[in-house]
Amino acid sequence: MVDISQTYSASRRLDGAAGARPKRRISASRIMTYGILCVICFYYILPLWVMMMTSLKGMPEVRMGNIFAPPVEITFEPWVKAWSQACTGLNCDGLSRGFWNSVKITIPSVLISIVVASVNGYALVNWKFKGSEIFFGILLFGAFIPYQVMIYPIVIILREIGLMGDVWGLVLVHTIFGMPILTLLFRNYFASLPEELFKAARVDGAGFWGIFFQVLVPMSLPIFTVAMILQVTGIWNDFLFGVIYTKPEAYPMTVQLNNIVNSVQGVKEYNVNMAATLITGLVPLTIYLLSGKLFVRGIAAGAVKG
Amino acid sequence: MLDQTHTALDGISVSIRDLELSFGAVKVLQDLNLDIAKGEFLVLLGASGCGKSTLLNCIAGLLEPTGGQIFIEGKNVTWAEPSERGIGMVFQSYALYPQMSVKGNLSFGLKNARVPKAEIERRVARAAELLHLQPLLDRKPAALSGGQRQRVAIGRALVRDVDVFLFDEPLSNLDAKLRAELRIELKRLHQSLDNTMIYVTHDQVEAMTLADRIAIMRGGVIQQLAQPLEIYNRPANLYVAGFIGSPPMNFIPGTIAGSEFVGAVRMPLSGYDWERGPHTSGNVVFGIRPEHVKIGDAARHCACQTTVTIEVVEPMGADTLLWTRVGDDEFRIRLDGQTTIHEGQTLPIGFDIDCASLFDAQTENRI
Repeated sequence: MVDISQTYSASRRLDGAAGARPKRRISASRIMTYGILCVICFYYILPLWVMMMTSLKGMPEVRMGNIFAPPVEITFEPWVKAWSQACTGLNCDGLSRGFWNSVKITIPSVLISIVVASVNGYALVNWKFKGSEIFFGILLFGAFIPYQVMIYPIVIILREIGLMGDVWGLVLVHTIFGMPILTLLFRNYFASLPEELFKAARVDGAGFWGIFFQVLVPMSLPIFTVAMILQVTGIWNDFLFGVIYTKPEAYPMTVQLNNIVNSVQGVKEYNVNMAATLITGLVPLTIYLLSGKLFVRGIAAGAVKG
Repeated sequence: MLDQTHTALDGISVSIRDLELSFGAVKVLQDLNLDIAKGEFLVLLGASGCGKSTLLNCIAGLLEPTGGQIFIEGKNVTWAEPSERGIGMVFQSYALYPQMSVKGNLSFGLKNARVPKAEIERRVARAAELLHLQPLLDRKPAALSGGQRQRVAIGRALVRDVDVFLFDEPLSNLDAKLRAELRIELKRLHQSLDNTMIYVTHDQVEAMTLADRIAIMRGGVIQQLAQPLEIYNRPANLYVAGFIGSPPMNFIPGTIAGSEFVGAVRMPLSGYDWERGPHTSGNVVFGIRPEHVKIGDAARHCACQTTVTIEVVEPMGADTLLWTRVGDDEFRIRLDGQTTIHEGQTLPIGFDIDCASLFDAQTENRI
């Protein structure tokens, strides 16, 4: 190899440009690739487009039926109405109440489940105790039991501890249901960190919490981000538990959205429904856009070694 | 019980008594006894899986032994936390805390031990000076080279003012040149400090150059514990003889008939330094190191002579290796690098009894 390139460059040095002819930028396969990508993008973006456009139109314009056309006259009326005036049953204060309920449910659920699961994963990897593998096995088994099976038993449990219908009852349910998958996530991530680091910290005299907070957590931003996104989107989008374990005053946003969209009295206000749906989806979307890069990195890091 | 918590032995830094460790049915360490003197540089040498790192982890307190006791500076530390044992440890992968600066790495252990701030500053400065780390103190480990990282790892053990340093293959991740440099640096460090050092490696060059004594391990058992030259000159058994030396010792199986070894060669045994009195019969293995074989004219004065055909010549610069056969067994000869011998050449070779070894064919022990 070396010889060939040397003689080659020596003989060509005076002749100006050398080397293979550069490939043409636009080849048939390129056009094909980008063509397919564009079609797919178009396919996925179309519903969003329709929703955006419809939500910015007034009802007369919606009734004209051209769902793809941009609004002739842009109005934010439907957004305002969806947020603060849309009616569900007797309440006519829009999605805002559901939004704040969802916030009240999501924040504590996410924080508690992540804190507990990260400590679980850490203990399962670095402080193996007798039966820790069995414990982990049982925990994982929980991830495979269908939710439907547990709905009624949980109703009884929540009734007995007096949290049925309360926001905190739902927080408890979300925390428990997030535990298996989050523990798995953290366990795999911590297992992928070099064991010698943990040993070094022990020799340096750090204890259980010292090693966790001072050595491991600062290295684990990606996996905490993944856990945060999984939990925020999962809990925010939850409908089933929300509708079963809370009362109308404590309904999360998804349940309230359903009630707005499916209310049968009067005219169907498509523009308001579209606006309400977009508002509800905005939170997970924002979280994802803000931390997407970390999310991908964390998923990869957690997945490689188990 | 009381008198067992303190060993009476003076001058002993680390003492290991009947140590045993098993993972389920697998015995990783068995009946291990070892006394390491204050200030000694002991190397645990062996192939991977021989239990040397396990033993080191037991001494560090990172693994709990299933039996036996460990004493450090006279104190029974068998069940003590790693940080309470007066040890510092350096790992193969450096194991630096990636989010802390070099200074943070050095002072982490001291902060955990609640050492006063001024004292931390003083000790970090001293370690940094000793290891030439001053310009790097504010850098993160990611911005350091392999050699610098390992110096920081050594510094982390150094600042804690411990009695015993434990090294777990600290140079294995470095390239050959850096490894040689750090080896010298470690030797200087050991000379300037008076700490006990226990050093695990699978590299016999590191072991030979650094050690006051080498413990060669196999299957969780110490095969031989002696000074490097003693191990080289008088290996205790076939395993040690084959493990130490590169290329390894040549072996010729045969028997002892009266005062003579009879195998592919005949060798009068008068003058052999018997381990426990002379043998006059039995199956044995005769061993001679490649560098102790003489060729040409020099071979004519040797007690044992034969003729071989050279199969492969490996010039290495400083010396040249010749590969041949004696009987059916592969036989290696090491000559100085300027030799002009070529493949296919037939040569008279010879060797003397005073640098040979004899092993019992059954027990594999030196006789």
